[in-house]
Amino acid sequence: MGRPKIPRKSTAIDMTAMCDVAFLLLSFFILTTKFKPAEAIAVSTPSSVASKVAPDKDVVLVTIDPTGKVFLSMGDDKRDLAKKEALADAIMKTKGITFDKQKFAKAHFWGCSFSQLPSYLSIPEENRKGNALAGIPADSTKGGNEFAEWMTFIKTVYMGDKMNLLLKGDNAAKYPAFKSVIDAFKKNDLMKFQMVTNPESIPTGTELWRKSIKGEKRDD
Amino acid sequence: MAEMDTSSGGGHKKGPGVKKGKKLSTRVDLTPMVDLGFLLITFFIFTTTMSQPTAMKLFLPKDADNPEDQNKAKESGALTVLLGKDNHVFYYEGILDNSNASTKFKSANFGNGEDGLRTEIIRKKASTPDKDFVVVIKPGAECTYKNVVDALDEMSISDVKRYALVDISEVETQLIKATEGATGAK
Repeated sequence: MGRPKIPRKSTAIDMTAMCDVAFLLLSFFILTTKFKPAEAIAVSTPSSVASKVAPDKDVVLVTIDPTGKVFLSMGDDKRDLAKKEALADAIMKTKGITFDKQKFAKAHFWGCSFSQLPSYLSIPEENRKGNALAGIPADSTKGGNEFAEWMTFIKTVYMGDKMNLLLKGDNAAKYPAFKSVIDAFKKNDLMKFQMVTNPESIPTGTELWRKSIKGEKRDD
Repeated sequence: MAEMDTSSGGGHKKGPGVKKGKKLSTRVDLTPMVDLGFLLITFFIFTTTMSQPTAMKLFLPKDADNPEDQNKAKESGALTVLLGKDNHVFYYEGILDNSNASTKFKSANFGNGEDGLRTEIIRKKASTPDKDFVVVIKPGAECTYKNVVDALDEMSISDVKRYALVDISEVETQLIKATEGATGAK
């Protein structure tokens, strides 16, 4: 029987192309991933059922650490830098102190009283750790509520622009610290703020759960 | 590609008397490398989307200059939640005074069981008209930020439309202390 000979093809596939794609995607993800900025202030946030992702633009972030110390930080965009410099100007002018504006703008967060700002900014950034710093005095019962003044400055700097006021508190922070922050907000008529939390699933059988099953829009 | 060439010099012409050494292929099996690549990709995809923190909105009411002007909650519809030390929760309905403190003042927890705060809120919500129902959250000096957020979260879980964060009063602090002492809490 003269069967025509079909050339036998190998079943092995060329993996090169697939490998290329895989590593292209890999490098894309590695590069786009925003790594957690080195946490100078260790804070573990509580969880909530809120589903809205925390904004990351025009952010003014107030951090309360486990011992109730208050820190303040702003974004690192170009726009934020301009705001920070304006903030530095406002503080210098009103408080009659001088410090390096550039250093002020570059600091990842601020956590001291106004009078200590110059010495605070002279500490190298990597040595500024939340647990070693005093935090912004926020308790009105001891040493006055300087934090309220910070918020006043920030409010004037952000006048007319959108500002996302975020509050990131630690699980273990006591309520009085939280309250003094709220009071400072209230004093400046900042009635709207958002609390940074970890996402949590909605407990089944609750009202909210029924709503989300029905597909109703949530107003949180 | 993708496999080692093990055939002993299949494609080579062997001339008579010429002994050629085995020629190993330079091709490498890329399958494990692709596997690893995709494994890392999945890792990065998951870690980027999962760690996004969420934000919970809170609107503060404006403090009235005159305490008389402050919105008054209807007594029948009010549920006051007190937050104490070590995740203790207490609640009472309506207005608390010395005569009814012993019966009205009850303790609860953050769970959703029999004496959980959620159960109580649902019960109260069902038994009061919607427009009267208001939850007043009073965090004590000893409670943590987590407790406050949990309590506020409980409001959105049970879909409570009206709730407020109010300072605790001296009487209530005393009651919490007394109850905590009685139940053996430190």
